[in-house]
Amino acid sequence: MSQTMSPINRIFRFYYDGFSNMAWWGKRVWIIILIKLFIIFIILRIFFFRDFLEKKYSSDEQRSEYVLDQLINSK
Amino acid sequence: MFGNADLTLVDWSRAQFALTAIYHWLFVPLTLGLSFIVAIMETIYVKTGSDEWKRLTRFWMTLFGINFAIGVATGIILEFEFGTNWSNYSWFVGDIFGAPLAVEGILAFFLESTFVAVMFFGWNKVSKKFHLVSTWLVAVGANLSALWILVANAWMQNPVGMIFNPETARNEMVSFWAVLFNEVAVSKFLHTISSGFLLASMFVLGISAWYLLQKRESFLAKRTILIAGIFGLLSSLLVAYTGDNSARTLAKIQPVKFAAFEALYQGKQKADLVAFGVLRKSEKKIGEKDVNEFAFKISIPGFLSVMTGGDQNTFVPGIFDLVNGNTSQGIISVAEKIQRGKTARDLLTEYKTAKQNNDLPKAGGIAGMFRDKKFINDYFRYFGYASLGNPEDAIPNVKASFYSFHLMVMLGFYFILVFAIALYLLYRNTLHKNRWFLWVALCSILLPYVAGELGWVLAEIGRQPWIIQDLMPVSTAVSQISSGSVITTFILFAVLFTLMLIVEISIMIKQIKLGPKH
Repeated sequence: MSQTMSPINRIFRFYYDGFSNMAWWGKRVWIIILIKLFIIFIILRIFFFRDFLEKKYSSDEQRSEYVLDQLINSK
Repeated sequence: MFGNADLTLVDWSRAQFALTAIYHWLFVPLTLGLSFIVAIMETIYVKTGSDEWKRLTRFWMTLFGINFAIGVATGIILEFEFGTNWSNYSWFVGDIFGAPLAVEGILAFFLESTFVAVMFFGWNKVSKKFHLVSTWLVAVGANLSALWILVANAWMQNPVGMIFNPETARNEMVSFWAVLFNEVAVSKFLHTISSGFLLASMFVLGISAWYLLQKRESFLAKRTILIAGIFGLLSSLLVAYTGDNSARTLAKIQPVKFAAFEALYQGKQKADLVAFGVLRKSEKKIGEKDVNEFAFKISIPGFLSVMTGGDQNTFVPGIFDLVNGNTSQGIISVAEKIQRGKTARDLLTEYKTAKQNNDLPKAGGIAGMFRDKKFINDYFRYFGYASLGNPEDAIPNVKASFYSFHLMVMLGFYFILVFAIALYLLYRNTLHKNRWFLWVALCSILLPYVAGELGWVLAEIGRQPWIIQDLMPVSTAVSQISSGSVITTFILFAVLFTLMLIVEISIMIKQIKLGPKH
């Protein structure tokens, strides 16, 4: 690595070389990571795991009221 | 059991959380332990300059990398579930969980984006010493990262360091240190990370045994068995020691859970420790619940009293004492706790009415009571009991608790034996001739996973019916969503995680078959 490079360039080269020269297993697990992150953050988060209280109420005061009712009325 | 709660929804939400947590825990412990084993190997490489140790370090680092990468973000799903399936709980504890989980998130981000990258991309690009420091930082960081989530879990077992604010319906942290150094957190953290060290040692031992069985890489396999044997033996002894401490803490803080572990119904002095036993349903009942009795047991006389209190005269309360109360031992009954919980809840109802009527002085006065130490100790700490239908609802599943605990303990002793034999045979230089032992070591790879999962099963099932001990039962914590959507995502997770596991195992097997690179 050239000593004349700026720190940002050196860091970029470090990661670039690392990803470019990855072993077969590294490439495979990166594909898995990307698929997994897509499923978790795009499909699951948006379509299945929306925050219940965020979705149902617009303010923290309303959320507090709701949870207070749940605490008082649970049997 | 829980009055108007939708049990299908509660059960499926619990099943989904259990499924995701169990799968998550398949990846985590190997990361915790293998990171240290790799760091030890690399330290030897840097000290000796031996290329053989470099080969070994890089080989085990590859397996660490595969496991680490496949496990990344599996824990985030648990956080999604908090917000969607357990919104009441999430809201109730939000401020307590916020700090530890934020620290965990920041730590994990910096760890993963910097030092893990140096570990894998930095060979021959950074100095040997900097690379070694990075490897150690990954090991320490991964284990510290586990600390924060375990602190959060420990708070659920023993809620401390907070005050409930009726205005926001949330618990607010008043002492970060009380949360961090919660007795349960300390023993849970040490027990959990040492179990991860043990699991990784068995993983390394088993794979090295396979190489010996294959008559491949014998020299290197013996070196790794030495590392895994020593690290594994020390870890398994630490697991036993921290497990004993953990049980002692439980006996004090969660006595019903402790009694369920031992299936101890009638409290006594000189209580026996059951080493092995088979339970069956007796004709007795406690409320509507069946009482179990031993069809067969092997026990150590008086040892449970010694373990919990230091001498045979220590009274160990049983489930009957804890449910019905025992005035001579100063134990109040669950019926009394239900009354106290209802007093706290009635006060909360009064608070709400006062606010609705705009009677702010009264509301302020009631809010002040929730900050009063005496009110907290005498009433609010039993808040969750107000939601129990019957006193016997406070009893967890005794059979599941008993069997998971005893199987885990038996496996713990088995691991000590396996590591000790490995080191003995290595010392005698007869390891490669004892093929039976190599097969035992290979087949034992899965057992620490079983023991670790059993540990979580008993920690969580033993806490039932609570999601937060004594403050909130699972039935109150659950979101009012359709159980159909929970079932759908349960199936999705089962498929997704199983696929990930298959992929991980297949990549690992391929890499193991290839062996260390020359």
